[in-house]
Amino acid sequence: MRRIALAVPVLFGITVLTFVLVRMTPGDPVLYLVDPAAMSGAPEEYIAARRSELGLDKPTPVQYAVWIRELGQGNLGYSFVNRRPVTKMIAERVEPTVRLMGTALLFALLIGIPTGVVAALRQYSLIDYVVAVLSLTVISTPAFFLALGAIYVFSLRLDLTPIGGMATIGRPADLVDALRHLILPAGILGLSLTGPIVRYTRASVLEVLSQEYLSTARAKGLRERVVIVRHALPNALIPIISVVGVMIPLLFGGSVIVEQIFSWPGMGQLILAAIGQRDYPVLMGITMVVAILVLACSVLTDIAYTLVDPRIRLG
Amino acid sequence: MSSPTIVGRLNGPAAVVQRPALSPTALALRRFRAHRLAIFGTALLLLIVGVTISAPFIAPYDPIAVDLSATRRPPSTAHILGTDSTGRDVLSRLMHAAQVSLAVGLSAALLQTGVGLSLGLLAGYYRGWVDSVISRVTEIVLSYPLLIVIIVIVAILGPGQNSIILGIGLFGWPTACRIVRGLVFSLREQDFVLAARCIGVSDRRLISRHLLPLVVGPLTVTATFAVAYAVLLEASLSFLGLGIRPPRPSWGNMLNEAQSLPILESMPWLWLPPGAAIALTVLAINFVGDGLRDAVDPRQRAIR
Repeated sequence: MRRIALAVPVLFGITVLTFVLVRMTPGDPVLYLVDPAAMSGAPEEYIAARRSELGLDKPTPVQYAVWIRELGQGNLGYSFVNRRPVTKMIAERVEPTVRLMGTALLFALLIGIPTGVVAALRQYSLIDYVVAVLSLTVISTPAFFLALGAIYVFSLRLDLTPIGGMATIGRPADLVDALRHLILPAGILGLSLTGPIVRYTRASVLEVLSQEYLSTARAKGLRERVVIVRHALPNALIPIISVVGVMIPLLFGGSVIVEQIFSWPGMGQLILAAIGQRDYPVLMGITMVVAILVLACSVLTDIAYTLVDPRIRLG
Repeated sequence: MSSPTIVGRLNGPAAVVQRPALSPTALALRRFRAHRLAIFGTALLLLIVGVTISAPFIAPYDPIAVDLSATRRPPSTAHILGTDSTGRDVLSRLMHAAQVSLAVGLSAALLQTGVGLSLGLLAGYYRGWVDSVISRVTEIVLSYPLLIVIIVIVAILGPGQNSIILGIGLFGWPTACRIVRGLVFSLREQDFVLAARCIGVSDRRLISRHLLPLVVGPLTVTATFAVAYAVLLEASLSFLGLGIRPPRPSWGNMLNEAQSLPILESMPWLWLPPGAAIALTVLAINFVGDGLRDAVDPRQRAIR
């Protein structure tokens, strides 16, 4: 409960900061908020009337209140380019992005955690060394370069996967086709997170391995396998939950790049189209939505952490 | 006079050294030197810096000289790494491009570390409402993915290196802030702080003369990783066409063209070298960061 209460001022801060950023972008605010269909060809007086009706000729704090009121009614403004409501444009992009990010996160955890555990259990061995260098290499290689390399190898040379898109156009939706389109972008996005997860898991397991309760378990005569699997790993893996919270903003950033390269019709692609066309309402709408989603994920992972580990009290 | 001191396992078996105890800095330096990957990273980084500084003298061609009679030529003796779509020499562009990457990386990391350090010191030292406010602001800032926030700043200020540096500086500081805050939280409970207070040392002097030097070590480590991340961000944004604008070469914008399939498929000399250059540079910086971390805090050492 306390965690949620603490998130309220943060949410407020996000709306204030986004509002400030909105105001710094060029463009008349009245064009942001009013349905362009009602305004096309409308005389100056009409626009002026709507402006004062919305309170956009009042001081900035009042304008902020107006903006929040519109936001509460689901009005993020209207696209400068195709005149559609921003809320609708974002809504249809959420599912593809969540699908991409969810698969990527799953991939990163499934590869990263076991690798990190093995590296920790074989500390200073050849495996540990190879894992350390490989994970740092993956961290250091830009996702777009990995993506281009993957397209080159898997799509152009081996012809195993499509070069982009979410499904083959003109074919009925089927699972195999969807997976074939998903695997490369999700794999690349996941790979860019695997490095940090490996490093964190390894450090966390090593930390737990050095604790005394494991000696107690060994002294009881438990087999080493039981000591590791039953006593050490559960405690070592709990902190990974908080790492997932930290990964969410990285996932959003990475999906911008990956969606662009693989023509994946998600929010990342929309944001790049928006900046390319100077479509500021769309750009700011996505920024707002993403910030709120990141905050929500951070609250959720924190709550999950306290549920799993009662020792943690959030302050 | 000097009794034999055991200096731990620096490199192989325990070394018994006949000399007075070393200062923490000297010890950290030794541990850094014993870190093979960090030494490799330092050497690589020096090489990259050397090449980019001397690029105007050693690059075979002018990096922005267009030659429309020789576009997209494969590597040859005249152009070791071939030429791009407007006939510019890829090798010369590659050598000059490091300047921008390193300049953006260093200034962005410096700015964000400075902001993080100041806020972290305040939050950790004064606690109470100061800490609460700074913690909430940290959470607000953390809710914006860096890449997206830089795109917003590009919308306001236009594309270019200043937008990237400003974006990272204003939104990248939470890591440094949290580390400094945590350190100061525990440091200020120690006796030397109480002692300093007893003899009437002011808050300002206490922070700058007694606490600051103790956070510099761990902070250098985060700053180094921040440089690596900033170089990656600059490359990504230039790749997307929102960073460094052509004709000025940057590794990211050199890869921008590779989004077209014919280039990706049949002209690897246009995209492999800049991609490899980014990866190697960032890897070298990360190696140095790892080495520094192990040197400053040996308990966390990742690998020998």
